[in-house]
Amino acid sequence: MIEVKQVSKSFNGQKVLFDIDHVFEEGQVNLIIGQSGQGKSVLAKCIVGLYEADAGQILFDKRNFTEMDRYERSNIRQEIGMLFQGAALFDSMTVEQNVMFPLQMFTNMTKAEIQARADFCLDRVNLAGRNKLMPSECSGGMQKRVGIARAIAMNPRYLFCDEPNSGLDPKTSIVIDKLIRDITQEYKITTVVITHDMNSVMEIGDHILFIHQGKKWWEGDRHSIINATNPEIESFVYASSFMKEIRSLLQKKAQ
Amino acid sequence: MLSVVFTRPNRWRFFWKHTFLEIDQIGINSLPIVALMSTFMGAVIALQTASSMESPLLPDYTVGFITQSSTILEFSPTIISLILAGKVGSNVASEIGTMRVTEQIDALEIMGVNSLNFLVLPKITAALVFFPVLVVFSMALSMFGGWLALLVSDLTTTEIYILGIRSFFNPFHITYALTKTLVFGFLIVSISSFYGYYVKGGSLDVGRASTQAVVSSSVAILIANFILTQLMLLS
Repeated sequence: MIEVKQVSKSFNGQKVLFDIDHVFEEGQVNLIIGQSGQGKSVLAKCIVGLYEADAGQILFDKRNFTEMDRYERSNIRQEIGMLFQGAALFDSMTVEQNVMFPLQMFTNMTKAEIQARADFCLDRVNLAGRNKLMPSECSGGMQKRVGIARAIAMNPRYLFCDEPNSGLDPKTSIVIDKLIRDITQEYKITTVVITHDMNSVMEIGDHILFIHQGKKWWEGDRHSIINATNPEIESFVYASSFMKEIRSLLQKKAQ
Repeated sequence: MLSVVFTRPNRWRFFWKHTFLEIDQIGINSLPIVALMSTFMGAVIALQTASSMESPLLPDYTVGFITQSSTILEFSPTIISLILAGKVGSNVASEIGTMRVTEQIDALEIMGVNSLNFLVLPKITAALVFFPVLVVFSMALSMFGGWLALLVSDLTTTEIYILGIRSFFNPFHITYALTKTLVFGFLIVSISSFYGYYVKGGSLDVGRASTQAVVSSSVAILIANFILTQLMLLS
């Protein structure tokens, strides 16, 4: 469980996050949604410490991350896996070396154990046998899957995914979403996904936080977001013609 | 930044592995350009000196002596470092800058890796280890180039040239040259790493950072050269 308490953040005097309070539940896929430029990524980066929050507290299972020094944070970070928007694979390493990297860096596992763990993780994301490929030889979807394999290599307690479906076709997006959901449930981890993809929201949104103008605007689940009456959420959820069409069909059906 | 760079590496095995890779990338890969530059510059220094030797009062071995002193004191440590600032500086800044804009550095940080230490320390170590080797190599080739040019142009004999090279040789000049090289190597890699690490934006910004790294490193070398000369040769 990750608790965010009264977190604020400004850049060059301009406030982008206003006193955010939220709890990201364990064993659930927690989504942070909202339009571009509303502060979703900033909030996630504050949580993992890539940005320093100006005020507030971030607690990882009651451990106050904001008060920790560099060494203590490093220990917490070994419990965090993160999938980046562009996968952020190390381009000088093969797929396998990318997955092995955190294991070699932070564990005392033997070579054989590390190899077995990397094979398991790659198999888990359906990339068995692709060990020796370079990231540049992988498609966008494959890179995302390698990113997930690397993120779960250390058996993380917390998984962060920054727009996991950006740049992917709808079918591959569903594969990635399913993978995130399965891993979350299988390992009972706290997963936080930043997205503005409504398909993902409907597919995996166990617990949703809607951010608007840097503020916590709404929270709920994928069932309640469809019926939310808040105008900002409505304009977000029904932004596409496809969703508008669905809404009118649902309304007709209800009548 | 440097206080974070000079901390204990997470894993020594990774540190040594990366240091050897960097020695290859920024050191051994620079050998051809250093060899080419040094041989031709040595040849030109020797020919220019020979062409200016009009006074009969100057002994014949002066050409060798001037080639030796200008190579050891200035050409090899400073000019070669300026060339390396271009080659190595842009390479380091663009490599780290690309890692920054593609979030690879964020990925390292999220894993709990001290990214500055992991990326920059092996580069600094490699530069401090291998730049002096490059400079000694450059000194030797420069004097060889001078000898070859004089021999081909029939301006002196091998014996007289070697006499000149050995005349008034001051071993402290080697210490001075290598000290300068170590300082320049440190400046090139740390300044370029700084520009790469703190780049913001996209590929255009990486290009800009790379250019700034080369310019700043070169200026830093010139200033450090002046200060070190004052401190080591004149005080």
